[in-house]
Amino acid sequence: MRITLHIWRQENAAAKGRMVRYEVPNVNEHMSFLEMLDVLNEELIAKGEEPVAFDHDCREGICGMCGAMVNGVAHGPLAATTLCQLHMRHFKDGDTLYIEPWRARAFPVVKDLVVDRSAFDRLIAAGGFIGVSTGSAPDGNAVLVPKEKADLAMDAAACIGCGACVAMCPNASASLFMGAKIAHLGLLPQGDAERDQRVVAMVAQANAELFGSCTNMAECEAVCPKGIKIEVIARMNRDFLGAKWSGRGTAKE
Amino acid sequence: MQLDSKCPQGPIETRWDRHQFSLKLVNPANKRKHTIIMVGTGLAGGSAAATLAELGYNVKCFCFQDSPRRAHSIAAQGGINAAKNYHNDGDSVYRLFYDTVKGGDFRARESNVYRLAQISLNIIDQCVAQGVPFAREYSGYLDNRSFGGAQVSRTFYARGQTGQQLLLGAYQALERQIGTGQVAMFPRTEMLDLIVIDGRARGIVTRNLITGEVASHLADTVVLGTGGYGNVYYLSTNAKGSNATAIWRAYKRGALFANPCFTQIHPTCIPVSGEYQSKLTLMSESLRNDGRVWVPLKKGDTRPPSQIPEAERDYYLERRYPSFGNLVPRDVASRNSKVVCDEGRGVGETGLAVYLDFRDAIQRLGRHVIEERYGNLFEMYERITGEDPYQGPMRIYPAIHYTMGGLWVDYNLMTTIPGLYAIGEANFSDHGANRLGASALMQGLADGYFVLPNTINDYIASTKLEKVDGSHGAVAEAEASVQATTRRLLEAKGTRSVDSFHRELGKLMWEHCGMSRTAEGLKLALGSIGELREQYWREVKVLGTDEGLNQSLEKAGRVADFFELAELMCLDALERNESCGGHFREEYQTPEGEAARDDEHFSYAAAWGFRGVGNAPELHKEDLTFEYVHPTQRSYK
Ligand SMILES: Cc1cc2nc3c(=O)[nH]c(=O)nc-3n(C[C@H](O)[C@H](O)[C@H](O)COP(=O)(O)OP(=O)(O)OC[C@H]3O[C@@H](n4cnc5c(N)ncnc54)[C@H](O)[C@@H]3O)c2cc1C
Ligand code: FES
Repeated sequence: MRITLHIWRQENAAAKGRMVRYEVPNVNEHMSFLEMLDVLNEELIAKGEEPVAFDHDCREGICGMCGAMVNGVAHGPLAATTLCQLHMRHFKDGDTLYIEPWRARAFPVVKDLVVDRSAFDRLIAAGGFIGVSTGSAPDGNAVLVPKEKADLAMDAAACIGCGACVAMCPNASASLFMGAKIAHLGLLPQGDAERDQRVVAMVAQANAELFGSCTNMAECEAVCPKGIKIEVIARMNRDFLGAKWSGRGTAKE
Repeated sequence: MQLDSKCPQGPIETRWDRHQFSLKLVNPANKRKHTIIMVGTGLAGGSAAATLAELGYNVKCFCFQDSPRRAHSIAAQGGINAAKNYHNDGDSVYRLFYDTVKGGDFRARESNVYRLAQISLNIIDQCVAQGVPFAREYSGYLDNRSFGGAQVSRTFYARGQTGQQLLLGAYQALERQIGTGQVAMFPRTEMLDLIVIDGRARGIVTRNLITGEVASHLADTVVLGTGGYGNVYYLSTNAKGSNATAIWRAYKRGALFANPCFTQIHPTCIPVSGEYQSKLTLMSESLRNDGRVWVPLKKGDTRPPSQIPEAERDYYLERRYPSFGNLVPRDVASRNSKVVCDEGRGVGETGLAVYLDFRDAIQRLGRHVIEERYGNLFEMYERITGEDPYQGPMRIYPAIHYTMGGLWVDYNLMTTIPGLYAIGEANFSDHGANRLGASALMQGLADGYFVLPNTINDYIASTKLEKVDGSHGAVAEAEASVQATTRRLLEAKGTRSVDSFHRELGKLMWEHCGMSRTAEGLKLALGSIGELREQYWREVKVLGTDEGLNQSLEKAGRVADFFELAELMCLDALERNESCGGHFREEYQTPEGEAARDDEHFSYAAAWGFRGVGNAPELHKEDLTFEYVHPTQRSYK
């Protein structure tokens, strides 16, 4: 197949970017989207042009490193699929694709399609953990976890931290990402003790990182490659209100 | 060099306890005065960095991805072993120890393996407490499944995302320490050299991948948890960024590299589909619990699988290994796939694939049970191949997956450079010539949570560590050497891309140092790799500059190291005139075609010392003795 690409090229964080048109004449339907970019990059190198920078690592849809907007949709047209797992058989010969980096105030562009998502790490550092130091754990079966709860926790824990939710949200809100962590840990008896503190600290951090607020547009859910549901946001909001009402879990200064 | 493994003597059950008691401690107030460099944030590095910080050490932690959460460990699917015996099916620490020594084809240290089996119990407890959502039974108790090379159910799992969940546990513990300031985290920062001062590891040279800045970091000790080197083969199940640079540069600074040729080829991966292929995707070994492996009985049978009647199918693993059946260890399963494909009985367009069939399991258990167990793996298969594995069998083929070899370490996980430690897949310690499924996660976390944080105190407490600063000549020399390599790569201004060289290297290695090896092939490969390496330095084309993000430059440095490492792997494979585990030399096999070990001559770990690029390295041998599990020909019949 022949595919026309318009790709965002930006030399570094300070530079101005622009869309550049490329033709990839020899796309095979079994290629992944990133393999198509590899092919383009090999051609660019042969011509002496700098290849397109894009983040990727596992290419199995699990590390959360890859991601770009394809025709305005985070990770492209296929539901529940990361860019690295999107195969070219879902496109047609002659298609034109616009490829851009995540756009969000909290995710500044580093170069071409690469953005800085370190704000996500800081959200986790603020409270997205269970504070158990190595060595102090009781036997694994000492605290039982009902299967349904374990399954729901796993559904939320499946988040890969790719940032598609933020990129797709008109408010650039990190609510789906935070809600997923808060639901994962809060559903388990092990994570219950820090529930109030966790939500208050994470929400405060999100505000500091300039993520927007959630206005229930649900765009995040539609593009989440792991199918995380916006119920986790409702849960986060409940936890937050509960903590605030009762005055528990005041944020660390 | 006389290699001292520092393994304790006496009854194996109490070796680790006694050893721990004999180690010196550092009191909490003094820990604050020490800095530890941790390179890597996978299961090994992430868990170690968090634990060392909890203990009070200052930790500087590095990874090349944009976040510590993305280390390659995230991709592990199937599970983690632990000898909990929750299922009362006869498991025990001793049995896990026994299975691992045997699975490794008697090329691992008994003391290390026993310790690993003991610690497996604590790992599960720790991970549950951190909120790892392991699979549960309806009663709320932890669930288990079985994995290759074992006849008990001792594998804990979180759907098909066990590595992800374990890593997120370690990552969250690490972020907690970053939040308190006890860990300084340097993402997108690549270690490019080791700084050795007065014979001790005292720091690293790094390149900031965003700004291009080269900097030095100094500390009291350096720990490498930088993962395996399967990407030497270009195509592997490893993440694209996985590389050998950190351990290779440490090797060039004097650390011995052990058993480089011991690589694991995973039997169940999605076959190669074309020239553009950038990596191979693993289908978890857990699938062999319910999937049956087969090929047509006749050569060149091109009928679709559904039209091949039962009597004309060869379930070759069940036929040859009636007691383990589809659950034979990986090396055995992989080799058998190659044998049937070499016989012309392979399936699919290329003939380089075998079937993994769930028809019977779906009939027996119902589709929902299979969905529950493997749903995400089935989806992944469909996404990649466009075929629905609920309707017809999967096609699978072996692929490079894991490297048992790595930096030589003693029982304390210290390399031959004092103050330099290696943990996780980066070291050679526990898996011998073949790793059992679900044991890498166990080893990474054992090293990181429980072993290293105990042994490192001893070195810090018993060593006089002079203050060092950036003005030391060794620092300038290491920085200059990093910059010279970068310049050389950028200035070659040749005509071929890094990837094109890497692919060519990978093909050579897969052909001659892959699933089966011969002296002749290895000699041939050694010649070709040397030539290709020289050509690389002349003709590689790396565009752009060293200022700012330059992904081609990053790759170029890693591939340069892969060339040198590939030569060492071939040399090691050539020197080991026996077959064992993943190392199968065609000249050495039993009449039934199984690996024929030669314990009389090769019961040792081969630890290689660097003597200059292109020069023959020096071989040191650590003799292995077996007091508990007596070497026998492995039998899974
Ligand atoms: C697809 C797949 C599935 C698997 N499934 C299982 C399973 O089910 N069970 C099991 O037990 N094992 C499994 N394994 C094996 C297991 O995942 C790995 O062996 C293990 O996770 C390695 O962990 P690690 O911490 O040693 O290294 P890694 O997780 O590879 O981490 C390496 C770290 O080092 C950093 N790093 C590397 N080089 C540098 C450098 N030069 N400078 C700075 N940082 C650097 C990286 O950024 C990363 O943080 C699987 C492996 C694969 C590929
Ligand atoms: S590269 Fe890892 S999720 Fe796409």
